[in-house]
Amino acid sequence: MPSLTSLTFLSLQRVGINAETVTNVSSTDFPGHWPGEDHSWDLEHFKQHVQVQFHTNHELDSSFSLTRIDTSLANAFRRILLAEIPTLAIESVFIFQNTSVIQDEVLAHRLGLIPLCGDRSAISWLKWHRGPAHDDPDAKQDELTDYNSCVLELEVACEWADGGLAKAAQGETNPDVLYKNHSVYARDLIWKPVGRQHDKFDKAQPLKAANPDILIAKMRPGQSIRLVVHAFKGIGMDHAKFSPVATASYRLLPTIDIVRPIVGAEAKKFARCFPKGVIALEKVTRDDARKNKELEGKEGEVKAVVKDPMRDTVSRECLRHPEFKDKVKLGRVRDHFIFRVESTGQWASDELFLESVRLLRVKCERVKRGLEALTR
Amino acid sequence: MSAQGYSGNPAVQVTNQLVDNNSRSVEYLCGDCDSVVALKRGEPIRCRNCGHRVLYKQRTNRMVQFEAR
Repeated sequence: MPSLTSLTFLSLQRVGINAETVTNVSSTDFPGHWPGEDHSWDLEHFKQHVQVQFHTNHELDSSFSLTRIDTSLANAFRRILLAEIPTLAIESVFIFQNTSVIQDEVLAHRLGLIPLCGDRSAISWLKWHRGPAHDDPDAKQDELTDYNSCVLELEVACEWADGGLAKAAQGETNPDVLYKNHSVYARDLIWKPVGRQHDKFDKAQPLKAANPDILIAKMRPGQSIRLVVHAFKGIGMDHAKFSPVATASYRLLPTIDIVRPIVGAEAKKFARCFPKGVIALEKVTRDDARKNKELEGKEGEVKAVVKDPMRDTVSRECLRHPEFKDKVKLGRVRDHFIFRVESTGQWASDELFLESVRLLRVKCERVKRGLEALTR
Repeated sequence: MSAQGYSGNPAVQVTNQLVDNNSRSVEYLCGDCDSVVALKRGEPIRCRNCGHRVLYKQRTNRMVQFEAR
Protein backbone atom coordinates (compact mmCIF):
# COMPACT_ATOMS: atom_id res chain seq x y z
CA MET A 1 0.00 0.00 0.00
CA PRO A 2 1.50 3.33 -1.00
CA SER A 3 2.07 5.66 1.88
CA LEU A 4 0.01 8.82 1.86
CA THR A 5 2.81 11.26 2.49
CA SER A 6 4.73 10.47 -0.63
CA LEU A 7 1.52 10.19 -2.63
CA THR A 8 0.49 13.73 -1.84
CA PHE A 9 3.99 14.65 -2.84
CA LEU A 10 3.61 12.66 -6.04
CA SER A 11 0.29 14.23 -6.86
CA LEU A 12 1.97 17.59 -6.61
CA GLN A 13 4.61 16.48 -9.01
CA ARG A 14 4.41 18.40 -12.20
CA VAL A 15 6.01 18.14 -15.57
CA GLY A 16 8.06 21.32 -15.78
CA ILE A 17 7.86 23.38 -18.93
CA ASN A 18 10.70 25.77 -19.71
CA ALA A 19 11.20 27.94 -22.75
CA GLU A 20 12.98 25.22 -24.69
CA THR A 21 12.96 22.11 -22.53
CA VAL A 22 10.63 19.95 -20.50
CA THR A 23 11.70 18.50 -17.16
CA ASN A 24 10.57 15.84 -14.73
CA VAL A 25 8.88 13.83 -17.43
CA SER A 26 8.72 10.28 -16.05
CA SER A 27 6.51 9.11 -13.26
CA THR A 28 8.19 7.70 -10.16
CA ASP A 29 5.37 5.90 -8.37
CA PHE A 30 6.68 2.42 -8.89
CA PRO A 31 8.29 -0.03 -6.44
CA GLY A 32 11.91 0.60 -5.58
CA HIS A 33 12.14 4.26 -6.48
CA TRP A 34 11.33 5.87 -3.13
CA PRO A 35 13.42 4.32 -0.33
CA GLY A 36 11.30 2.64 2.30
CA GLU A 37 8.07 3.09 0.40
CA ASP A 38 6.08 0.53 -1.49
CA HIS A 39 4.41 1.85 -4.59
CA SER A 40 3.28 -1.48 -5.99
CA TRP A 41 -0.05 -1.57 -7.80
CA ASP A 42 -2.98 -1.65 -5.43
CA LEU A 43 -6.52 -2.07 -6.68
CA GLU A 44 -8.22 -0.54 -3.62
CA HIS A 45 -5.98 2.49 -3.79
CA PHE A 46 -6.65 2.86 -7.49
CA LYS A 47 -10.42 2.56 -6.95
CA GLN A 48 -10.30 5.24 -4.31
CA HIS A 49 -8.37 7.78 -6.31
CA VAL A 50 -9.15 7.39 -10.00
CA GLN A 51 -11.66 9.91 -11.30
CA VAL A 52 -13.54 10.52 -14.50
CA GLN A 53 -15.10 13.90 -15.04
CA PHE A 54 -16.91 14.81 -18.23
CA HIS A 55 -16.55 18.31 -19.69
CA THR A 56 -18.59 17.92 -22.86
CA ASN A 57 -20.48 14.84 -23.94
CA HIS A 58 -22.06 14.87 -27.35
CA GLU A 59 -22.59 11.90 -29.56
CA LEU A 60 -19.78 12.79 -31.96
CA ASP A 61 -17.52 14.69 -29.61
CA SER A 62 -16.79 14.17 -25.95
CA SER A 63 -14.13 15.49 -23.64
CA PHE A 64 -13.37 14.24 -20.16
CA SER A 65 -10.66 14.26 -17.52
CA LEU A 66 -9.18 11.02 -16.35
CA THR A 67 -7.18 11.70 -13.20
CA ARG A 68 -4.85 9.88 -10.84
CA ILE A 69 -4.03 7.25 -13.41
CA ASP A 70 -0.71 6.21 -14.90
CA THR A 71 0.25 7.19 -18.45
CA SER A 72 0.61 3.55 -19.44
CA LEU A 73 -3.09 2.97 -18.74
CA ALA A 74 -4.32 6.20 -20.27
CA ASN A 75 -2.29 5.52 -23.40
CA ALA A 76 -3.60 1.96 -23.55
CA PHE A 77 -7.16 3.32 -23.62
CA ARG A 78 -6.23 5.77 -26.36
CA ARG A 79 -4.63 3.08 -28.50
CA ILE A 80 -7.55 0.71 -28.02
CA LEU A 81 -9.93 3.51 -29.05
CA LEU A 82 -7.98 4.06 -32.24
CA ALA A 83 -7.22 0.54 -33.31
CA GLU A 84 -9.11 -2.19 -31.51
CA ILE A 85 -12.80 -1.37 -31.21
CA PRO A 86 -14.69 -3.23 -33.93
CA THR A 87 -16.78 -1.30 -36.44
CA LEU A 88 -18.63 -2.08 -39.63
CA ALA A 89 -17.09 -0.76 -42.86
CA ILE A 90 -17.29 -1.47 -46.57
CA GLU A 91 -14.78 -4.17 -47.47
CA SER A 92 -15.58 -5.64 -50.90
CA VAL A 93 -16.92 -3.70 -53.83
CA PHE A 94 -18.51 -5.38 -56.84
CA ILE A 95 -18.51 -2.93 -59.72
CA PHE A 96 -20.97 -3.76 -62.49
CA GLN A 97 -20.69 -0.49 -64.33
CA ASN A 98 -18.52 2.55 -63.78
CA THR A 99 -18.19 4.97 -66.66
CA SER A 100 -17.40 7.96 -64.44
CA VAL A 101 -13.97 9.55 -64.62
CA ILE A 102 -13.02 8.12 -61.23
CA GLN A 103 -11.17 4.82 -61.57
CA ASP A 104 -12.65 1.59 -60.20
CA GLU A 105 -9.97 1.03 -57.56
CA VAL A 106 -10.05 4.65 -56.41
CA LEU A 107 -13.85 4.50 -56.20
CA ALA A 108 -13.65 1.29 -54.17
CA HIS A 109 -11.13 2.87 -51.81
CA ARG A 110 -13.32 5.95 -51.34
CA LEU A 111 -16.36 3.80 -50.61
CA GLY A 112 -14.41 1.88 -47.98
CA LEU A 113 -13.62 5.05 -46.03
CA ILE A 114 -17.29 6.11 -45.68
CA PRO A 115 -18.36 5.73 -42.04
CA LEU A 116 -21.55 3.73 -41.65
CA CYS A 117 -24.13 3.99 -38.90
CA GLY A 118 -27.31 2.21 -37.93
CA ASP A 119 -29.00 0.40 -35.09
CA ARG A 120 -26.17 -0.03 -32.56
CA SER A 121 -27.49 -3.17 -30.91
CA ALA A 122 -27.88 -4.80 -34.32
CA ILE A 123 -24.37 -3.82 -35.38
CA SER A 124 -22.94 -5.26 -32.18
CA TRP A 125 -24.95 -8.43 -32.85
CA LEU A 126 -23.04 -8.90 -36.13
CA LYS A 127 -20.15 -11.38 -36.04
CA TRP A 128 -16.75 -11.36 -37.71
CA HIS A 129 -16.39 -12.44 -41.29
CA ARG A 130 -13.13 -14.23 -41.97
CA GLY A 131 -12.02 -13.33 -45.47
CA PRO A 132 -9.53 -15.11 -47.72
CA ALA A 133 -6.05 -15.43 -46.24
CA HIS A 134 -3.44 -13.74 -48.40
CA ASP A 135 -0.64 -16.18 -47.65
CA ASP A 136 -2.65 -19.41 -47.61
CA PRO A 137 -5.11 -19.86 -50.50
CA ASP A 138 -6.46 -23.10 -48.99
CA ALA A 139 -7.44 -21.48 -45.66
CA LYS A 140 -11.07 -21.67 -44.76
CA GLN A 141 -13.13 -18.65 -45.62
CA ASP A 142 -16.36 -17.76 -43.85
CA GLU A 143 -19.56 -17.94 -45.82
CA LEU A 144 -21.50 -14.75 -46.37
CA THR A 145 -24.47 -14.80 -44.01
CA ASP A 146 -26.97 -12.38 -42.53
CA TYR A 147 -25.00 -12.29 -39.25
CA ASN A 148 -21.62 -11.34 -40.67
CA SER A 149 -22.15 -9.13 -43.69
CA CYS A 150 -24.34 -6.27 -44.86
CA VAL A 151 -25.15 -5.55 -48.48
CA LEU A 152 -25.49 -2.04 -49.85
CA GLU A 153 -26.18 -0.94 -53.40
CA LEU A 154 -25.31 2.16 -55.35
CA GLU A 155 -26.96 2.86 -58.66
CA VAL A 156 -26.72 6.31 -60.17
CA ALA A 157 -26.86 7.45 -63.79
CA CYS A 158 -26.29 11.04 -64.86
CA GLU A 159 -28.58 12.52 -67.49
CA TRP A 160 -29.29 15.84 -69.10
CA ALA A 161 -31.90 17.86 -67.24
CA ASP A 162 -34.93 19.07 -69.21
CA GLY A 163 -33.59 21.41 -71.85
CA GLY A 164 -30.10 21.06 -70.42
CA LEU A 165 -28.41 20.58 -73.77
CA ALA A 166 -29.95 23.77 -75.17
CA LYS A 167 -28.94 25.69 -72.04
CA ALA A 168 -25.38 24.38 -72.31
CA ALA A 169 -25.27 25.66 -75.89
CA GLN A 170 -26.34 29.07 -74.61
CA GLY A 171 -23.37 29.12 -72.25
CA GLU A 172 -24.94 27.94 -68.99
CA THR A 173 -22.32 26.22 -66.83
CA ASN A 174 -24.13 25.49 -63.56
CA PRO A 175 -24.22 21.68 -63.28
CA ASP A 176 -27.35 21.80 -61.09
CA VAL A 177 -29.25 23.41 -63.96
CA LEU A 178 -27.79 21.27 -66.73
CA TYR A 179 -27.66 17.72 -65.38
CA LYS A 180 -29.56 15.29 -63.20
CA ASN A 181 -27.58 13.18 -60.68
CA HIS A 182 -24.26 14.86 -61.48
CA SER A 183 -22.95 14.25 -57.96
CA VAL A 184 -22.97 10.89 -56.24
CA TYR A 185 -23.28 11.23 -52.47
CA ALA A 186 -22.92 8.74 -49.63
CA ARG A 187 -26.69 8.93 -49.08
CA ASP A 188 -27.18 7.16 -52.43
CA LEU A 189 -25.85 3.97 -50.85
CA ILE A 190 -28.98 1.91 -50.16
CA TRP A 191 -28.87 -0.89 -47.63
CA LYS A 192 -30.50 -4.18 -48.66
CA PRO A 193 -31.27 -6.09 -45.45
CA VAL A 194 -31.08 -9.87 -45.68
CA GLY A 195 -32.49 -12.62 -43.44
CA ARG A 196 -32.57 -11.82 -39.75
CA GLN A 197 -31.30 -8.30 -40.40
CA HIS A 198 -34.94 -7.37 -41.11
CA ASP A 199 -35.84 -8.10 -37.47
CA LYS A 200 -32.60 -7.19 -35.72
CA PHE A 201 -32.34 -3.69 -37.13
CA ASP A 202 -34.75 -1.12 -35.78
CA LYS A 203 -36.86 0.13 -38.70
CA ALA A 204 -36.15 3.73 -37.74
CA GLN A 205 -32.38 3.16 -37.77
CA PRO A 206 -31.42 1.40 -40.96
CA LEU A 207 -27.79 0.95 -41.94
CA LYS A 208 -26.66 4.05 -43.81
CA ALA A 209 -23.77 6.44 -44.26
CA ALA A 210 -23.18 8.40 -41.06
CA ASN A 211 -22.58 11.56 -43.08
CA PRO A 212 -25.02 11.64 -46.00
CA ASP A 213 -23.27 14.53 -47.77
CA ILE A 214 -19.94 12.83 -48.46
CA LEU A 215 -19.22 13.30 -52.17
CA ILE A 216 -18.24 10.00 -53.76
CA ALA A 217 -17.93 10.95 -57.44
CA LYS A 218 -18.97 13.54 -59.99
CA MET A 219 -20.52 12.57 -63.31
CA ARG A 220 -21.65 14.03 -66.61
CA PRO A 221 -24.55 12.94 -68.87
CA GLY A 222 -24.17 9.40 -70.17
CA GLN A 223 -22.00 8.28 -67.26
CA SER A 224 -23.25 5.83 -64.71
CA ILE A 225 -22.15 3.90 -61.62
CA ARG A 226 -23.74 0.62 -60.65
CA LEU A 227 -22.24 -1.41 -57.83
CA VAL A 228 -22.91 -3.62 -54.85
CA VAL A 229 -20.79 -3.49 -51.70
CA HIS A 230 -20.37 -5.83 -48.77
CA ALA A 231 -19.69 -4.36 -45.34
CA PHE A 232 -17.91 -6.46 -42.71
CA LYS A 233 -16.73 -5.96 -39.17
CA GLY A 234 -13.11 -5.13 -38.62
CA ILE A 235 -10.69 -3.25 -36.37
CA GLY A 236 -8.56 -0.16 -36.94
CA MET A 237 -5.39 -2.25 -36.61
CA ASP A 238 -6.28 -3.86 -39.93
CA HIS A 239 -7.31 -0.72 -41.79
CA ALA A 240 -8.01 2.89 -40.72
CA LYS A 241 -11.52 2.66 -42.17
CA PHE A 242 -12.45 0.37 -39.26
CA SER A 243 -11.32 2.90 -36.66
CA PRO A 244 -14.40 4.09 -34.73
CA VAL A 245 -12.93 7.51 -33.97
CA ALA A 246 -11.97 10.49 -36.08
CA THR A 247 -9.46 11.28 -33.34
CA ALA A 248 -8.97 10.05 -29.84
CA SER A 249 -6.25 11.93 -28.04
CA TYR A 250 -5.26 13.19 -24.63
CA ARG A 251 -3.22 16.05 -23.25
CA LEU A 252 -1.99 16.72 -19.76
CA LEU A 253 -3.68 19.46 -17.75
CA PRO A 254 -1.54 22.61 -18.04
CA THR A 255 -0.63 24.54 -14.92
CA ILE A 256 0.36 28.18 -14.66
CA ASP A 257 1.88 29.34 -11.37
CA ILE A 258 2.35 33.06 -10.99
CA VAL A 259 5.30 33.08 -8.57
CA ARG A 260 5.55 36.85 -8.19
CA PRO A 261 2.63 39.20 -8.80
CA ILE A 262 2.16 40.69 -12.26
CA VAL A 263 0.48 44.07 -11.97
CA GLY A 264 -0.83 46.90 -14.15
CA ALA A 265 -0.01 47.15 -17.84
CA GLU A 266 2.22 44.09 -17.49
CA ALA A 267 -0.78 42.08 -16.34
CA LYS A 268 -2.68 42.97 -19.50
CA LYS A 269 0.30 41.98 -21.63
CA PHE A 270 0.57 38.75 -19.68
CA ALA A 271 -3.08 37.92 -20.33
CA ARG A 272 -2.50 38.41 -24.06
CA CYS A 273 0.23 35.74 -24.00
CA PHE A 274 -2.48 33.11 -23.36
CA PRO A 275 -5.67 32.08 -25.13
CA LYS A 276 -8.80 33.98 -24.07
CA GLY A 277 -10.20 33.05 -20.67
CA VAL A 278 -6.99 31.56 -19.23
CA ILE A 279 -5.82 34.65 -17.35
CA ALA A 280 -8.22 37.02 -15.61
CA LEU A 281 -7.48 40.51 -14.35
CA GLU A 282 -8.47 41.30 -10.77
CA LYS A 283 -8.18 44.41 -8.62
CA VAL A 284 -5.50 44.29 -5.93
CA THR A 285 -7.34 44.44 -2.62
CA ARG A 286 -6.10 46.00 0.60
CA ASP A 287 -5.68 42.50 1.98
CA ASP A 288 -3.42 41.52 -0.94
CA ALA A 289 -1.31 44.62 -0.49
CA ARG A 290 -0.86 43.90 3.17
CA LYS A 291 0.12 40.27 2.63
CA ASN A 292 2.54 40.68 -0.27
CA LYS A 293 5.43 43.08 -0.11
CA GLU A 294 5.60 43.48 -3.87
CA LEU A 295 1.98 44.62 -3.98
CA GLU A 296 2.52 47.34 -1.39
CA GLY A 297 1.03 50.63 -2.54
CA LYS A 298 -0.49 49.03 -5.63
CA GLU A 299 -3.97 48.81 -4.18
CA GLY A 300 -6.67 49.33 -6.81
CA GLU A 301 -4.42 48.35 -9.74
CA VAL A 302 -5.13 45.16 -11.72
CA LYS A 303 -3.15 41.97 -11.26
CA ALA A 304 -3.10 38.81 -13.34
CA VAL A 305 -4.71 35.68 -11.86
CA VAL A 306 -5.01 32.24 -13.38
CA LYS A 307 -8.66 31.58 -14.15
CA ASP A 308 -8.88 28.50 -16.36
CA PRO A 309 -5.58 26.72 -17.07
CA MET A 310 -7.44 23.95 -18.92
CA ARG A 311 -7.95 26.28 -21.87
CA ASP A 312 -4.23 26.98 -22.20
CA THR A 313 -2.52 25.59 -25.27
CA VAL A 314 0.91 25.80 -23.58
CA SER A 315 2.34 27.97 -26.32
CA ARG A 316 5.01 29.21 -23.83
CA GLU A 317 4.62 32.69 -25.28
CA CYS A 318 4.93 34.26 -21.81
CA LEU A 319 8.42 32.76 -21.40
CA ARG A 320 9.67 34.71 -24.41
CA HIS A 321 9.21 38.01 -22.58
CA PRO A 322 12.04 38.84 -20.14
CA GLU A 323 9.66 40.66 -17.75
CA PHE A 324 7.66 37.46 -17.10
CA LYS A 325 10.52 35.00 -17.11
CA ASP A 326 11.01 34.86 -13.35
CA LYS A 327 7.43 35.59 -12.40
CA VAL A 328 5.70 32.57 -13.90
CA LYS A 329 6.21 28.83 -13.82
CA LEU A 330 4.55 26.66 -16.44
CA GLY A 331 3.91 22.97 -16.02
CA ARG A 332 1.56 20.10 -16.58
CA VAL A 333 -0.07 17.71 -14.15
CA ARG A 334 1.39 14.32 -14.93
CA ASP A 335 -1.61 12.22 -13.94
CA HIS A 336 -4.43 14.41 -15.24
CA PHE A 337 -5.37 13.35 -18.75
CA ILE A 338 -7.82 15.45 -20.71
CA PHE A 339 -9.23 13.04 -23.27
CA ARG A 340 -10.95 14.12 -26.44
CA VAL A 341 -12.88 11.40 -28.26
CA GLU A 342 -14.57 12.15 -31.55
CA SER A 343 -16.66 9.29 -32.87
CA THR A 344 -17.22 8.79 -36.59
CA GLY A 345 -20.91 8.05 -35.94
CA GLN A 346 -21.19 4.31 -35.49
CA TRP A 347 -20.72 4.50 -31.72
CA ALA A 348 -21.49 7.24 -29.21
CA SER A 349 -18.28 8.87 -28.00
CA ASP A 350 -18.76 8.09 -24.30
CA GLU A 351 -19.76 4.52 -25.13
CA LEU A 352 -16.48 4.17 -27.01
CA PHE A 353 -14.44 4.92 -23.92
CA LEU A 354 -16.36 2.35 -21.88
CA GLU A 355 -15.81 -0.16 -24.67
CA SER A 356 -12.07 0.54 -24.60
CA VAL A 357 -12.05 -0.16 -20.85
CA ARG A 358 -13.93 -3.41 -21.45
CA LEU A 359 -11.52 -4.46 -24.20
CA LEU A 360 -8.47 -3.76 -22.03
CA ARG A 361 -10.05 -5.98 -19.39
CA VAL A 362 -10.60 -8.75 -21.94
CA LYS A 363 -6.96 -8.48 -22.99
CA CYS A 364 -5.76 -8.65 -19.40
CA GLU A 365 -7.87 -11.71 -18.76
CA ARG A 366 -6.32 -13.34 -21.82
CA VAL A 367 -2.82 -12.67 -20.47
CA LYS A 368 -3.85 -13.98 -17.07
CA ARG A 369 -5.18 -17.21 -18.58
CA GLY A 370 -1.95 -17.57 -20.54
CA LEU A 371 0.14 -17.11 -17.42
CA GLU A 372 -1.95 -19.63 -15.52
CA ALA A 373 -1.51 -22.13 -18.33
CA LEU A 374 2.26 -21.54 -18.21
CA THR A 375 2.61 -22.09 -14.48
CA ARG A 376 0.29 -25.08 -14.26
CA MET B 1 -19.89 12.77 -98.29
CA SER B 2 -23.43 11.44 -98.26
CA ALA B 3 -24.58 8.03 -97.15
CA GLN B 4 -25.67 7.12 -100.65
CA GLY B 5 -22.31 8.16 -102.04
CA TYR B 6 -20.53 5.78 -99.74
CA SER B 7 -22.81 2.79 -100.27
CA GLY B 8 -21.92 3.13 -103.96
CA ASN B 9 -18.55 1.68 -103.00
CA PRO B 10 -18.52 -1.92 -104.31
CA ALA B 11 -16.63 -3.24 -101.27
CA VAL B 12 -19.32 -2.03 -98.88
CA GLN B 13 -22.04 -3.46 -101.09
CA VAL B 14 -20.44 -6.83 -100.74
CA THR B 15 -20.36 -6.63 -96.94
CA ASN B 16 -23.96 -5.40 -96.86
CA GLN B 17 -25.04 -8.64 -98.45
CA LEU B 18 -23.31 -10.53 -95.69
CA VAL B 19 -25.40 -8.98 -92.85
CA ASP B 20 -26.75 -11.81 -90.80
CA ASN B 21 -30.15 -10.94 -89.36
CA ASN B 22 -29.86 -13.56 -86.64
CA SER B 23 -26.55 -12.36 -85.21
CA ARG B 24 -26.41 -10.45 -81.91
CA SER B 25 -26.17 -6.70 -82.16
CA VAL B 26 -23.58 -4.79 -80.13
CA GLU B 27 -24.28 -1.29 -78.90
CA TYR B 28 -21.75 1.45 -79.58
CA LEU B 29 -21.74 5.13 -78.78
CA CYS B 30 -21.53 7.72 -81.55
CA GLY B 31 -18.44 9.88 -81.24
CA ASP B 32 -20.33 12.95 -82.41
CA CYS B 33 -23.94 12.89 -81.15
CA ASP B 34 -23.53 10.42 -78.25
CA SER B 35 -26.51 8.31 -79.32
CA VAL B 36 -26.50 4.55 -78.96
CA VAL B 37 -25.88 2.68 -82.21
CA ALA B 38 -26.69 -1.05 -82.33
CA LEU B 39 -24.52 -2.74 -84.93
CA LYS B 40 -24.61 -6.29 -86.21
CA ARG B 41 -21.79 -8.19 -87.82
CA GLY B 42 -21.01 -6.77 -91.25
CA GLU B 43 -23.02 -3.58 -90.95
CA PRO B 44 -21.32 -0.34 -92.01
CA ILE B 45 -19.72 1.48 -89.11
CA ARG B 46 -21.82 4.60 -89.08
CA CYS B 47 -24.22 6.41 -86.73
CA ARG B 48 -27.87 6.12 -87.80
CA ASN B 49 -28.62 9.48 -86.27
CA CYS B 50 -25.97 11.77 -87.67
CA GLY B 51 -23.91 9.70 -90.03
CA HIS B 52 -20.72 10.08 -88.02
CA ARG B 53 -18.20 7.32 -88.71
CA VAL B 54 -16.42 7.19 -85.36
CA LEU B 55 -18.13 4.85 -82.89
CA TYR B 56 -16.88 4.00 -79.41
CA LYS B 57 -17.14 0.63 -77.77
CA GLN B 58 -18.90 0.71 -74.41
CA ARG B 59 -17.50 -0.62 -71.19
CA THR B 60 -18.47 -4.19 -70.42
CA ASN B 61 -21.29 -4.91 -67.96
CA ARG B 62 -19.26 -7.71 -66.46
CA MET B 63 -18.74 -7.45 -62.71
CA VAL B 64 -15.28 -6.60 -61.36
CA GLN B 65 -14.48 -7.17 -57.70
CA PHE B 66 -12.32 -4.79 -55.69
CA GLU B 67 -11.12 -4.60 -52.11
CA ALA B 68 -12.03 -1.29 -50.52
CA ARG B 69 -8.49 -0.71 -49.23
